[in-house]
Amino acid sequence: MTANKPSLPIVENFSRRAAVKGGFATLGAASFVAAISPLRHAAQNSSAGEFMQNHYTELTPEQKSDVLARLESEAKENYGADVTIGDDRPIPGTKFVYAINLSVCNGNGKCVEACHKENNHDRATNQSYIRVLEMPVGTMDMEQGSTTYTGIVPKDGKFYLPVQCQQCDEPPCVDVCPVKATWKEEDGIVVVDYNWCIGCRYCEAACPYHARRFNWKKPEVPAEEINPDQSYLSNRIRPVGVVEKCTYCLHRTRRGKLPACLEACPTGARVFGNILDKDSNIRWILENKRVYILKEELGTKPAFFYYFD
Amino acid sequence: MSSSTVTPTESDSHITSYPRFIGRSLWLATEGSFAFYAWMTMLTALFLVGANAWANQVAGGMISTHMTDHVSWGLYIANFTFMVGLAAGGVMMVIPAYLYHDRKMHDVVIIGELLAIAAIVMCLMFVVADLGRPDRFWHMVPGIGKFNFPISMLTWDVIVLNGYLILNLHICGYLLYMRFLGRQPNPVWYVPFVMLSIIWAISIHTVTAFLYCGLGGRPFWNTALLAPRFLASAFVSGPAFIIVTMAMMRGLTQVKGLERPIATLTKIIRVTILINLLMVVSELFTEFYTGGSHVSAAKYLFFGLHGKTALVPWTWTAIGLNITAACLFLWPGLLGPKFRWLLVSACLMAFVGAWIEKGMGLIVPGFIPSTLHEVVEYVPSMLEWKVTIGIWAFGLMVFTIAIKTALPTLRQSEPS
Repeated sequence: MTANKPSLPIVENFSRRAAVKGGFATLGAASFVAAISPLRHAAQNSSAGEFMQNHYTELTPEQKSDVLARLESEAKENYGADVTIGDDRPIPGTKFVYAINLSVCNGNGKCVEACHKENNHDRATNQSYIRVLEMPVGTMDMEQGSTTYTGIVPKDGKFYLPVQCQQCDEPPCVDVCPVKATWKEEDGIVVVDYNWCIGCRYCEAACPYHARRFNWKKPEVPAEEINPDQSYLSNRIRPVGVVEKCTYCLHRTRRGKLPACLEACPTGARVFGNILDKDSNIRWILENKRVYILKEELGTKPAFFYYFD
Repeated sequence: MSSSTVTPTESDSHITSYPRFIGRSLWLATEGSFAFYAWMTMLTALFLVGANAWANQVAGGMISTHMTDHVSWGLYIANFTFMVGLAAGGVMMVIPAYLYHDRKMHDVVIIGELLAIAAIVMCLMFVVADLGRPDRFWHMVPGIGKFNFPISMLTWDVIVLNGYLILNLHICGYLLYMRFLGRQPNPVWYVPFVMLSIIWAISIHTVTAFLYCGLGGRPFWNTALLAPRFLASAFVSGPAFIIVTMAMMRGLTQVKGLERPIATLTKIIRVTILINLLMVVSELFTEFYTGGSHVSAAKYLFFGLHGKTALVPWTWTAIGLNITAACLFLWPGLLGPKFRWLLVSACLMAFVGAWIEKGMGLIVPGFIPSTLHEVVEYVPSMLEWKVTIGIWAFGLMVFTIAIKTALPTLRQSEPS
């Protein structure tokens, strides 16, 4: 290259080279800014308040009410819906457990649909926290099951196994989270702070029950279909890029109601309640029926039981 | 050596002369032939394509990747895993040099450490590319965020990867800086760190393996052999990359005395490539001889499951490459000067073989079948390839600049 010609004075040589390099560096920097310009669009969708927000458990009561107000106005702005977002806390002396009667469940999928609507899931991907496996009678080997069955149910020689979050007592998903964005509450419900999750999806890899979902895009829900009764830790519309999961409908159950999937079930296969209550129906079932636990060998200790009549 | 012309006097403080050394090194690293500028321009262009793809991914959500709730990690984490291995493999230069007092390796050991720096930078970029909310990255920073230590293996990985980066930056920075000052490096300031980096290199890959093998719900990963397998393949891919680099340096630079290090690394690969194959065979034996539902991911990987066969061609390519490379490395004539091209091809085969094995062949089948035994396939989208190529281009840029920065030192180190 010309720069090495000895006839040129060193200083002049240096400065010309510096100018050329500077020019290229400027060009490179400008191209880089242009290349990442779509980020500006992403930045417009999140406010400074959201960016700076602390972990849910560290919010003061004032900060919390500010956050809830902000989320409500965001729902209005982004989805055109008037919603109320509560901060439902566990009821002392409560430990929620769920049970499903596999002798009765007929795979009609009403629970899947009810969950989808109740929890404001993305309409385009038809998401739900519940999956129902159609299994051949005589096995518990999921390898032989199918979640994509169609036609009239129940079919001869089949039984149906609905799977959702098992609200484990030893939840592997909670252990792996690098930022403590997910934890188990005193009433046994594993929750996610959707405003703290960084979207690494390690919990999704760790869950043995396929109970977690990731928001691959911004959820789409028409304003008129939005369920306005929401809670910070459960069914409020999730931001893009974070993980979500079943919360036993804590915005209902912590207010004394039953989970949406249970109310929708036409066969009465689903039972929900407080295991600490000695007179509860669920307690009687767990003490008197033949109870089965999914993937018991993994040591996750589910708060979700299957039983047979 | 041109950098010696600006050697500061003894009275200068390191606080002012170290930045001057960095600036001077970077300036010199951007001087070069037409081919060098063409190479860097190409890498810059590829990097910009990747940066643009990533920005689009952040703006539109990760729906533009082909990952799903069933296969929630894909090409990014596959490359991340491989890159950790490359970073750990770089240390295979250090072991013979310092543990076996190989003087020849002493002079070129810095190449392995520079490779480690570039590889770790790429690791961190791949992790960021895989985050759904990169804007919340600060949640992971200890002190201001909430660091789930020591329970989450991912926080261990953050610590060991960043620690390894700092360690190697210190060793390389110190050795090159001393050369810049025209002083003899003081062993007190680098030998303990070099020894630490050997243990640390093993730790980065062990912890990364623990990320996967600690998950009870994923039988394909839940094997105690995973960490040793990671290390064995790392000690193939790292040295293979360095051999190719040194083979190229022989032609492109005036660095002498690379023959002996190339021979040493070839001997290392001869052993590690066989250990790696042995472990693959052991694992496949327990999977297929036992059978049961544990085998379904391996079945999917090698033969396909329920008619889904997306990974089968990848796997058999990797096996073909690994076995061919192993046979070549066993041939004593490989180091003959006439067969340099054959050595380079064997290294490339081993490198690509390890990339497939540690990447698509390890991460993806962990998710197929899913935990509820559904078979949902994954093929990376164009956007994922763009981001991946962009990060590779950036890593190669870092490596090229790093090697150029070290060249004056490497040239000087030939025995007079």
